[in-house]
Amino acid sequence: MVSAADETPAIADVRSVLEDVRDPEIPILTIADLGILRDVAIENGEIVIVITPTYSGCPAMNTIEQDIRAALDAAGIAPVRIETRLAPAWTTDWLSAAGRCKLLEVGIAPPAERSTNKRLLGAAPAIACPQCGSQATERVSEFGSTACKALYRCRECLEPFDYFKCI
Amino acid sequence: MSAAPEHVEYVLRLGDNALILGQRLSEWCGHSPFVEEDVAMANTALDHIGRARMLLTHAGELEGRGRSEDDFAFARTEREFRNFLLCELPIGDFAFTIVRQTLMDAYHLHLYELLQASVDPTLAAIAAKVVKESRYHLRHSSEWLIRLGDGTAESNERCQRALDQQWRYTSELFATDTVDAFAADAGIGPDQEALAAAWRAEVEQLFATATLTIPPDTPLAASGRAGVHTEHMGFLLAEMQSVPRTYPGLQW
Repeated sequence: MVSAADETPAIADVRSVLEDVRDPEIPILTIADLGILRDVAIENGEIVIVITPTYSGCPAMNTIEQDIRAALDAAGIAPVRIETRLAPAWTTDWLSAAGRCKLLEVGIAPPAERSTNKRLLGAAPAIACPQCGSQATERVSEFGSTACKALYRCRECLEPFDYFKCI
Repeated sequence: MSAAPEHVEYVLRLGDNALILGQRLSEWCGHSPFVEEDVAMANTALDHIGRARMLLTHAGELEGRGRSEDDFAFARTEREFRNFLLCELPIGDFAFTIVRQTLMDAYHLHLYELLQASVDPTLAAIAAKVVKESRYHLRHSSEWLIRLGDGTAESNERCQRALDQQWRYTSELFATDTVDAFAADAGIGPDQEALAAAWRAEVEQLFATATLTIPPDTPLAASGRAGVHTEHMGFLLAEMQSVPRTYPGLQW
């Protein structure tokens, strides 16, 4: 990543435009919040944007690339090259603190642990209900409305909710 | 620049396994026992198709003849596909699919854990991504396996029947030919014996917990990896390839 001190005004401009590029499936989050945006650089006068996919089969990646181009185009920033980088692999550990707060605000429980847990079977960590805060919740399905979420239910307030699962 | 043919072939096999298993899983979309399971099957299918795209694209780059992921998926004939026979078998009932997913998820988890150390940097990067997904795929399939195997008399019987039908196909997962030997020697792929041992220990424990009995090992003569497929493969390809073959180069 480019540190703040190294940033030329142009890179700062690009970053501020990219602040408005949102994840098409969880539009409360920007691609920076999600950690999808890995780097912004200028090489030989060309703006290079590096992004990384969240999941192998994430259908939003093409849309995100188009949205980045559209946003920069609208701001008159060109030429732009978008690179997809696979390594290191995306992890929920890259979700920003602001991103975690935004998730809670819209009723999605943020990841409860670090991605280093490789447990296969047995007790899952307690996930607090984003509506009432109760720890008395149960997993309905490992898979939710998008690749990155699991489906939970609160046993206190009885509300179903999405959990942004750890990987 | 083109890589060694064995290197291309090795990556192509990985891509074909992901593609064909993903295609089979996608058949559950709209047909699962309940809506959460429908979402789970479709999500998992998408993960497999996603890794197939990365692997087939990489195979094309290694080959250096300009073939794209779509060329590999849609413009090859049955004899050119390199997937395991286990991946192409029809989905059967839910028990059949869960048994296959448990066998293949455990295989993929241990395979890609080892492939993270591949000397092929693109393959290692793909592996680092895939291994995370395979971990929760296996959690999903093995939880169902245990629930069904250790469930009612009928669910146990159906799982046992599925395991009896599928076990013979697992010998193909670890049969070592010149491509596997080349990949292992070059550090591109893992040592097949180490992989087989890790997989075997995993599935033995899971099937024992599910109160299912692993049948005796039997040799399997045919090999999907040599392009010799079951009678089911042609039907699968006919469906998967029908649109691109009818309207070549179509964009939408």
